[in-house]
Amino acid sequence: MPSKLLKGGVALFAVLLSAVTQADWTLNMPQGVTDISDQVYSLHMLTFWVCVGIGVVVFGVMFYSIIKHRRSKGAVADNFHESTAVELAWTLIPAAIIVYIGIQAFPVLKNMYDFEDSELTVEIVGYQWKWRYTYLSDDPTQQVSYFSNLATPAEQIRNRTDKGENYLLEVDEPLVLPVGSKVRFVLTAADVIHSWWVPQLGVKKDAIPGIVNESWTIINEPGIYRGQCTELCGKDHGFMPVVVQALPQAEFDEWMAGKKEEAAKLAELTQKDWTYDELMEVGESVYQKNCASCHQANGEGLPPTFPALKDSPIATGDVMAHIDIVVNGSAQNPAMAAFGPQLSEVDLAAVITYERNAWGNDTGDMVTPVDILNYNAGQ
Amino acid sequence: MTTTTHDHHDDHAHHGPAKGLARWLFSTNHKDIGTLYLWFSFAMFFLGGVFAMVIRAELFQPGLQLVEPAFFNQMTTMHGLVMVFGAVMPAFVGLANWMIPLMIGAPDMALPRMNNLSFWILPFAFAMLASTLFMEGGAPNFGWTFYAPLSTTYAPPSVTFFIFAVHIMGASSIMGAINVIATIINMRAPGMTWMKLPLFVWTWLITAFLLIAVMPVLAGVVTMMLMDIHFGTAFFDAAGGGSPVLFQHVFWFFGHPEVYIMILPAFGVVSAIIPAFSRKKLFGYSSMVYATASIAFLSFIVWAHHMFTVGIPFAGELFFMIATMLIAVPTGVKVFNWVTTMFRGSLTFETPMLFSIAFVVLFTIGGFSGLMLAVAPADFQYHDTYFVVAHFHYVLVPGAVFSIMAAAYYWLPKWSGRMYNETLGKTHFWLSFVGVNVTFFPQHFIGLAGMPRRIPDYAVQFADFNMVSSIGAFLFGASQLLFLFIVIHTIVAGKKAKAKPWDGAEGLEWTVPSPAPFHTFDTPPKVD
Repeated sequence: MPSKLLKGGVALFAVLLSAVTQADWTLNMPQGVTDISDQVYSLHMLTFWVCVGIGVVVFGVMFYSIIKHRRSKGAVADNFHESTAVELAWTLIPAAIIVYIGIQAFPVLKNMYDFEDSELTVEIVGYQWKWRYTYLSDDPTQQVSYFSNLATPAEQIRNRTDKGENYLLEVDEPLVLPVGSKVRFVLTAADVIHSWWVPQLGVKKDAIPGIVNESWTIINEPGIYRGQCTELCGKDHGFMPVVVQALPQAEFDEWMAGKKEEAAKLAELTQKDWTYDELMEVGESVYQKNCASCHQANGEGLPPTFPALKDSPIATGDVMAHIDIVVNGSAQNPAMAAFGPQLSEVDLAAVITYERNAWGNDTGDMVTPVDILNYNAGQ
Repeated sequence: MTTTTHDHHDDHAHHGPAKGLARWLFSTNHKDIGTLYLWFSFAMFFLGGVFAMVIRAELFQPGLQLVEPAFFNQMTTMHGLVMVFGAVMPAFVGLANWMIPLMIGAPDMALPRMNNLSFWILPFAFAMLASTLFMEGGAPNFGWTFYAPLSTTYAPPSVTFFIFAVHIMGASSIMGAINVIATIINMRAPGMTWMKLPLFVWTWLITAFLLIAVMPVLAGVVTMMLMDIHFGTAFFDAAGGGSPVLFQHVFWFFGHPEVYIMILPAFGVVSAIIPAFSRKKLFGYSSMVYATASIAFLSFIVWAHHMFTVGIPFAGELFFMIATMLIAVPTGVKVFNWVTTMFRGSLTFETPMLFSIAFVVLFTIGGFSGLMLAVAPADFQYHDTYFVVAHFHYVLVPGAVFSIMAAAYYWLPKWSGRMYNETLGKTHFWLSFVGVNVTFFPQHFIGLAGMPRRIPDYAVQFADFNMVSSIGAFLFGASQLLFLFIVIHTIVAGKKAKAKPWDGAEGLEWTVPSPAPFHTFDTPPKVD
């Protein structure tokens, strides 16, 4: 028994220790890498020290009384219980402090609301449970747009492997921004309310379906800055990080050119002759990224909100109906989003092919990118 | 009839409670109904506590261990709803039922049958709410603030039961509030003038007006949800011309006064206990009354400080920032008054006093973080992080809940006729005090470092403080079992209590024997 206890104790200690070695004991808000985040930090510290000051005085008097005026020390109660002068003083002094803090906050707030003169505008759309970033451009064909998904593997979340350094704060494709120029964000959401937050930038703004919000930033230093969705948005609210990569202007331009090239290549892929095996391979990865959080990796879903695809009437029935629900979403169940605007034709074709043949569905059907193009043309 | 007139008369004069279950089911006696409310809220405190333990157990370490994210969201939602509507609010209504008639020299509440109804619909509301845990699709999972469209278009089917449960809770609260107001206005003993009312009565009177003003707003917002979900309206759906932001305005117009509903009666409790154990009159009685009224008024014009990040215009941010910070002024007046009451008193530290002192200190810390949150530019960093979780738990747990515990220890001799065991009481206090701070203080740090609220799993840099917080929560949770034991032990085996067990206590409730007889103040006392 004692040895068992000892083993248990050692195991617990090891667990505690491993947690300690990975973590740190950060106490305060980051000062950040923008002028706004720095000003916010100063405001935060100002209010904090004001509170500490008041606390020292109030609790000081209280603990003085607790120590000196206890009956066990023979203290006899006084009988004063009113003083207009004192009451007036401790009404007016706090009011003055508040006015002072208000005056300090005013310019910062005003600055945060100055959305003018931006050099780049990025549209941020919140989806359950990922972000879409679009670099707005006057020429829509030149617009770069992509999704940013959680990149932490399920094995780490389920504690089957060790957690990486940026556990839950890593994405497949970060939002890339240039350093030193004013970037305006316009935010909205496709389904429920999300909130886009990067502490190092001092930017947090709600992404609300049907409403367009604005925010902005000028990043002073190149680097990678991590944040998270901060508005409860359903099951995987804890699993939609925000990662911003800030690059010097020249590198940013290079990256942008690369993105545009990629988009052109993708258009070519649509016309290529796809084999069943290629589609299945691409389909599986698309499924894991976009579908598995609800319908589950094994296709069994989480009924009733997230139905099973395995042996489901849609995945084993009419192909057109299957394409329709993936492209346009479900009218009966809003949890099933429309993936037409989110995925490329290649990805759509591949994922539908995958769903029709995985987990023993084995319909043998193959949907090609051209089928999707034809379907869209016929709509 | 003729032969038994005398007996009947005799019966009537000494008529006591009915026997068995009927006593509790059909009771119109303010003391029995007060007892029912208090035990009900105690039960809900444990139910909500179990949900909290699930949350803290899952957050003990990073990674998903015990529950799935979908269930985790149900736990945070149910924890909030049960604690706010099931534990804190009914506890204060229970205290009001027991103490207001005793404090103002009234024989009972003004509307005894409504009193019975307002209690007995509550168990049904919470049974309905709790039953959603067993429904297909699970319990409500959209947070206690139930923002649309997560709570409408994207909600589980059980949301309809949630809406009806909230309606019933609201009806119960409104009836309770009407009863409190009618009692205080009409049933004060001769000579009990307004500025002689104990502060607990004053704070409850103002709370009751808040309840009547905002519970219908809550009923309105859940009805709009019901219409959106089942009857094709689009109040909160932008595609149909509505707005998700409208939901938040209506909700917080209820929600902000609601937080004062949960704290004003606590101010009243502490204003009774601190003078009693300081053996000195409350400092600044009239300023306490005015401060309470000011807080209540301000609570109606600050709601959008919960919405600084939803994109309200610059002028709106400015207005709500200043209005919110202003609340610190009357709240500060209260804290200064309590401290000055203690200054040059003759202090002793029985359990009710310990809880009250802890209330003043820890509620003030919650007030400080509230002031920080009011500063709009900084709120962009704090909003929806654990800093907010730390803030409102500091005002609600060592705030509202500690005041309820203080009240229970202070008045338990009056209710039960027996004294609690002081050593056990102090043990309970110190365990709770340590537990609450170990739980919630580190949450300030993880919030500032960037951990959002309502997440089942977190980045590894938050691991240490989360583990500390969970250990504190288990300690706090376990200590409440001791509280339950103390209460039962007192009722069953406590030493007999005197009519006035506290030498410094003041008020009419101490002029009746302990336990308070079934009927008190049949003839009104004279107050001079």
